[in-house]
Amino acid sequence: MSVFDDLVGQERAAAVLVQAASAAAEAVAGGRGAGMTHAWLFTGPPGSGRSTAARAFAAALLCPDRGCGHCELCHQVAIGSHPDLESVRPQGLSYSVKQTRELILRAAGAPTLGRWRVVLFEDADRTTEAAANALLKAIEEPPPRTVWLLCSPAPDDMVTTIRSRCRLITLVTPSAAAVANVLATRDSVPPALAEFAARAAQGDIERARRLALDEETRRRREAVLSIPVSLSGVGECISAAERLVKTAEEEAAAATAELNETETTELRKAYGEGSSGKGLNKGLVRGGAGALKELEDRQKSRATRIKRDTLDVALLELVAFYRDVLAVQLGAGVVLANEDRRADIDDLARTTTAERSLRRIDAIMRCRERLAANVNPQIAVEAMTLALRP
Amino acid sequence: MAATSPAPVTLVLGDEELLADRAVSAVVAAAREVDPGLELHDLVGAKVEPGQVSGLTSPSLFGDGAAIVIRSAQDLGKDVIAEVVKYTARPAEGIVLVLAHPGGVKGKALVDGVKKAGAQVLTVSKITKSGERLDFVKGEIRRAGRTIAPDAAQALVDAVGSDLRELAAACSQLAFDTPADRKGIDAAAVARYYRGRAEVTGFTVADAAVEGRLADALEQLRWALGTGVAPVLLVSALAGGLRSLAKVGGAPRNLRGGQLASHLGMPPWKVDRVRRQLGGWRADGIARAIQAVADADEQVKGGGADPAYALEHAVQTIVACRAMTR
Repeated sequence: MSVFDDLVGQERAAAVLVQAASAAAEAVAGGRGAGMTHAWLFTGPPGSGRSTAARAFAAALLCPDRGCGHCELCHQVAIGSHPDLESVRPQGLSYSVKQTRELILRAAGAPTLGRWRVVLFEDADRTTEAAANALLKAIEEPPPRTVWLLCSPAPDDMVTTIRSRCRLITLVTPSAAAVANVLATRDSVPPALAEFAARAAQGDIERARRLALDEETRRRREAVLSIPVSLSGVGECISAAERLVKTAEEEAAAATAELNETETTELRKAYGEGSSGKGLNKGLVRGGAGALKELEDRQKSRATRIKRDTLDVALLELVAFYRDVLAVQLGAGVVLANEDRRADIDDLARTTTAERSLRRIDAIMRCRERLAANVNPQIAVEAMTLALRP
Repeated sequence: MAATSPAPVTLVLGDEELLADRAVSAVVAAAREVDPGLELHDLVGAKVEPGQVSGLTSPSLFGDGAAIVIRSAQDLGKDVIAEVVKYTARPAEGIVLVLAHPGGVKGKALVDGVKKAGAQVLTVSKITKSGERLDFVKGEIRRAGRTIAPDAAQALVDAVGSDLRELAAACSQLAFDTPADRKGIDAAAVARYYRGRAEVTGFTVADAAVEGRLADALEQLRWALGTGVAPVLLVSALAGGLRSLAKVGGAPRNLRGGQLASHLGMPPWKVDRVRRQLGGWRADGIARAIQAVADADEQVKGGGADPAYALEHAVQTIVACRAMTR
């Protein structure tokens, strides 16, 4: 049993990481440690397990037994409480220079438990350009026992100067069979459902798990996939766009409302609300209003990101749908991601041309670009649904 | 002394700056009439120190009168407010105190206190309705000893905007510039000096564009940008206009009137208006116009060099899409 067992269909990457972990152990013991590097970049498509791989590698570095998976330290890494593991996951729309500088400072310390100091930076592509530049020096010449683990969807998402300073671990899309197998064995999902979820998620393990375990997620997928058929006229396109955006908004609101509430109450308490004693209980102490405002800004940025991510999931589902249509039109012998929508797909494949399907996929991609460029979601999605019309 | 002396303490309450200033000057002028030799102390609330008011209001050796004006009285300190309220209850003879307070919660103790103590209260509230603005213009012209035709007054309000100070200035300028032999000021006289619109909202632009009035739409767009309407608001107004077109145009044919309005979630008057705008539009045109708006939004948000160009281009495309026969 090892921490790398959690990686699905990533045998090649795991082999490299295991080797590096042994080299690292050698370095800790005082040897040369050839084969260990101070900066790593984990890339792979969404759901291929970038952060899982990086976390497993962190455990392998911090565990005296090179990642046994059952000792106390491995457990601490898994739940994120290990003192030498600095775990970063940008929650807002981007990661700023200021935050990066603070991170660099924390990363520079010597390891408390004497092995390595590991910085696990998930979604490192969310750094702003200035923040990435601030990272350069720290990544190039870290203190002897500091290791940087960056994760991003593709190497191109990071600036060249960062890329060239990191050793690249490329994760591949796991096969549907491997994903279905994991779902069936680990989460004890019935085989048929596991297979459906694995296919629909197209290699994204997290998404497959949610599809398999959560009724609501499946219902939402149905709603999205019923859109292409419903787009008969301009009015329908507009209302479909409205529904898509509204669902994303509701989801973001549901995901953040409770979290915001607790954060705000805690901050208010920290600034003296509800406390008693002489001179107290007069509302917030000095600086409280500013801190609250800052928190609100952060919460807003997080809500926008969740909203965008939710929309993006829906858009990718639409892409998968039209990709299936295209596959049928071209007679490609690939497995359809949306086998359950076979009738709709065949219908659309017969009535339109492959060129139209490609144009539609382009329109969806264009919408994703627009959303990333901060275009009003409703306008962007309306423009997309209108382009999907027959 | 024929003139009636003003109340010893006057509170001018309200946030319409021009009117408040005028009310204050009127009180001071009335006091001057009674006592031409009075001394004027013009103070700002935040700078009044405790004891200062008592000092100024205490009787002088020669019995000279004084007018004390405290502007921004909401900024007065707690001690000063207590002092003023105490004085209001027992005002000194020959001294006129004027307090200007914009209303609102800040310094509310002052307002409540002096009201209770028997100060005269003049309320000058913000003018928000367009009818009131017209009345204001007519009143201004009348003050200058002239009259103005209703359509001319409307044209002036359209052209100058809602700022009362600017309106007042425009009125006195008009009264001064137009020949006095004709007593009334007509629309032509207004048009000679003031033209166009000061305040254009995105909706005006959107309506003109959707109705295919290209020249109008571009002119209004320039006005809107010139008066500082944010490009983002203009884009969303354009998108809103096209969205309504698509909604009403794509609504089921069998719905009518109120049913249709509630189905679309729009007020009935809007449905009627959009119905009229729909003439000349076809589905493909609407689709293409919305694409143009999405492009414009991207450019306005930093994807393009010049938001004004992006907007103009969008307006032109919208009008061109309307003319599309297929």
